[in-house]
Amino acid sequence: MNAAPPPAPRKLRLATVSLAGCFGCHMSFLDIDERLFALIERVEFDRSPLTDLKAVGRCDIGLVEGGLCNAENVQVLREFRAHCKTLVAVGACAINGGLPAQRNHLRIDELLRAVYQQRDGLAAGAQVPDDPELPLPLNRVHPIHEVVHIDYSLPGCPPSADAFWQFLTDLMAGRTPQLGHGLMHYD
Amino acid sequence: MPFDLETAAHPERLRRVAIDPVSRVEGHGKVTLLLDEAGRVQQARLHIVEFRGFEQFIVGRPYWEVPVMVQRLCGICPVSHHLAASKALDAVVGVTGRGGAHPLPASATAMRRLMHYGQVMQSHALHFFHLASPDLLFGFDSEPQRRHIVGVAEAHPEIARQGVLLRQYGQEVIRATAGKRIHGTGSVPGGVNRLLSDDDHALLKGQAAERIAWAEGAVALAARLHESEPALYRHFGEVPAMMLSLVRPGDGAMELYDGVLRVRHADGSLLLDGHSDQRYLDLIEEEVRPWSYMKFPYLRALGPERGWYRVGPLARVQNCSHIPTPRAEAARQAFVAAAGGAVAHGALSTHWARMIELLYAMEVIAELLDEPALRAGELTASAPRQGGPGGDSEGEREGIASIEAPCGTLIHHYRVGRDELVTHCNLIVSTTHNNQAMNEAVRAVARHYFDGRALTEGLLNRIEVAIRAYDPCLSCATHALGRMPLDVQLSAADGRPLDRLLRDGDGRCTR
Ligand code: SF4
Repeated sequence: MNAAPPPAPRKLRLATVSLAGCFGCHMSFLDIDERLFALIERVEFDRSPLTDLKAVGRCDIGLVEGGLCNAENVQVLREFRAHCKTLVAVGACAINGGLPAQRNHLRIDELLRAVYQQRDGLAAGAQVPDDPELPLPLNRVHPIHEVVHIDYSLPGCPPSADAFWQFLTDLMAGRTPQLGHGLMHYD
Repeated sequence: MPFDLETAAHPERLRRVAIDPVSRVEGHGKVTLLLDEAGRVQQARLHIVEFRGFEQFIVGRPYWEVPVMVQRLCGICPVSHHLAASKALDAVVGVTGRGGAHPLPASATAMRRLMHYGQVMQSHALHFFHLASPDLLFGFDSEPQRRHIVGVAEAHPEIARQGVLLRQYGQEVIRATAGKRIHGTGSVPGGVNRLLSDDDHALLKGQAAERIAWAEGAVALAARLHESEPALYRHFGEVPAMMLSLVRPGDGAMELYDGVLRVRHADGSLLLDGHSDQRYLDLIEEEVRPWSYMKFPYLRALGPERGWYRVGPLARVQNCSHIPTPRAEAARQAFVAAAGGAVAHGALSTHWARMIELLYAMEVIAELLDEPALRAGELTASAPRQGGPGGDSEGEREGIASIEAPCGTLIHHYRVGRDELVTHCNLIVSTTHNNQAMNEAVRAVARHYFDGRALTEGLLNRIEVAIRAYDPCLSCATHALGRMPLDVQLSAADGRPLDRLLRDGDGRCTR
C-alpha cells in the first residue's frame, strides 16, 4: 500500500487591521514590493489589505496598526485578540498612541467644539456631530496594550519594510523575531 | 429638504440597513440606508465615524514641526500634507511663492515637485491596482474570496507585477527626495534639506522609460475596461457635479504642485478661473452635519444646495485646458472623445482619469530628472523674517497653501505667533471636498440597485465600489484598509429583527 504523500506544510494565516492610525504602517508593509509575491507563497492572508475577507478568522499572526480613539476601536481590537495566536503592536500609534495621542492633554468636548464650531469658514450655527451612528470618542487615545495582551511590538513610524520582512521571516521559520541593528528605530 | 434622500421625513417608520464599515477603503466610514415598506430607499448617508482633531492639537506646537507632524494625517499621501504645510509655512519664514522678492530656490522647487509627482504616482498605482482593480477585472458580483490583489496576481500576474513596481517607483522617488518612503523630512519651511544624490538619480533615470511604458499600458487597460461595458462605466454612480481643481496660471494646463483655483459647472462651462488659494475663505464655506465627522464644503456664493463640487482625477482631467506632457495629453483627448463631447460624471470614469494622471506624473518625473537644479544649488531661501522674535512686525504671521493631492485639492492654513508657536490651523483635505459628491454617488447607486430588491452581497458591494472610485482614502479624515465583516441588519421600527445579512470571514453571505 502506497503511503499518501505528506500534506503540504500549512501556510501561516496573517491578519492586519488599522485602528486610529494613518495607514502608513500598512503602506510600509506593502513596501516589501516584489517580496509580496514570495510572501503569499508561504502566508495566507486573512482579513488584510490584500484580500477581501471581511472577518478575522482563526489566525496565527495579527498585525495591529493604530491606537484606540473611540469605542469601536476597542471592540475591533478585542475581537482581533480573540482570533489571533500572536498579536503584534505595529508602529508608534499602536505602541504608545503615536501622534493622535497629542490630543490627550486637551478635553475632548473642547476639542470637538474647536474643530466644528470655531474654525474659519464654517456656516452659521454649526454644531458638534452627535448622531447615534457615530461611535463615542474616548476621552484619551490609548495604546493597545492597555486593553489587550500583546506578544510583540514592531517599533517605528512606520517600521520599515525591511523590519516587517525580517519579523515575518523569523516568525515563519519558527524563530523568535529579532530586529537587528538598523531595523529597530522609532521615527 | 435640501438634498434628495439625505434625510427621511419619518425615519421612525423605516427599516435601517447599514454597511458598517465601508471596506477596501482606508477609512472608517459606514453607510446607512433607510428603506420604506416597499423596499424603496428613503435615506442614504455616508458617515465618517472617526475623529482625530489634528487641527486643534497642532495649535501650540512650534511651526517647524508641522510639516513632519501633519504627514501622520495620512500614510497614503503623507507627501501632500508635508508639502502643503511647507508651502504654507514658506510665507511664515518670509519666502514668497511664484515671483515675489524672496522666492524659493530653484533646487528646492525642483526637489519638492519631484517628491510630489512621486507621491501622486504611488498613490494612483495603489488605488487602481491594489484596491480597485479586483472589482473591475472580476466584476462586482464575483466571489469576494477572489476580489483582492492576490487574486489579481493569480489571474493576471503581469498586471499585478507592474502595479506593484509602478507603486514602488513612486515610493523610491519619495525616498530619494524625502529621505524615507513614508513620513520623510525632505521639505522644510523655506526650502528643502537635501538634493538628489547621483546614485538615486541614476537609479530613477534608468527605470523611467520602462515605467512610462507601463503607465501607458495602465491607461490602455482602464480604457479597455471602459469600452468593454460603456453603459455601465458611463452611468454607474453618475452624479453631475461642478469641478474644482488647481490649474497652471495663465494657460490652465494640468498642474498638481502649485496653481490657481478653477471651477467649472457640471456642463463644462467655466464658472471661475484664476482664483488665488490665498483667498480660499472667500470661495469656500463648510457646513457641519450631525451624522458625520467630515464637514461639507461648498462654494459660498452658491450656498450648500447648489454650491457643492467634485475634486480629484475626474475633476482635474476635465477642468484643465490641456495636459502639458505629450502622452498624457493624447490619453486625455481619447478620454474626452470617448465621452462624445459631454462631461463624464460616472464614478468609474475616475479610474480612467486616474491612470491618465499616473502617466502624466511619470512623464513629469522623467522631465524633472533632467533638471540640473535637482543636484546642485541652494537648499533654502534666506529672507528677512516677518514678525516673530527679531522680526519687523508685531503679531501673528499667516500662511495658506494648496496642492493637488492624489485624491484632490488640499488646503492648509496656519497662523503663527511671535513665540513661533502655531496659534491656528485649518485644513480642508481632498476627501472632505468630495463629501457631498460621494454621498450623492451613494444615493444614485442605492436608488438604482436597491429599490424593492432583495439584498445581496453584490448589491452592497456596488455602494462600496462607488465610494472606492472617489477615494479609497477616507484616511485623511480618518482610516483602515482591508475588508471588515459586514453585518447588515434590518429591523422594524419597534426593533424587531427582520432580516440580517452576514458576510463571514470567507466573504460568504449568510442570512
Ligand atoms: S505609527 Fe506612524 S505610520 Fe504607523 S499608523 Fe501611526 S502615524 Fe501612521
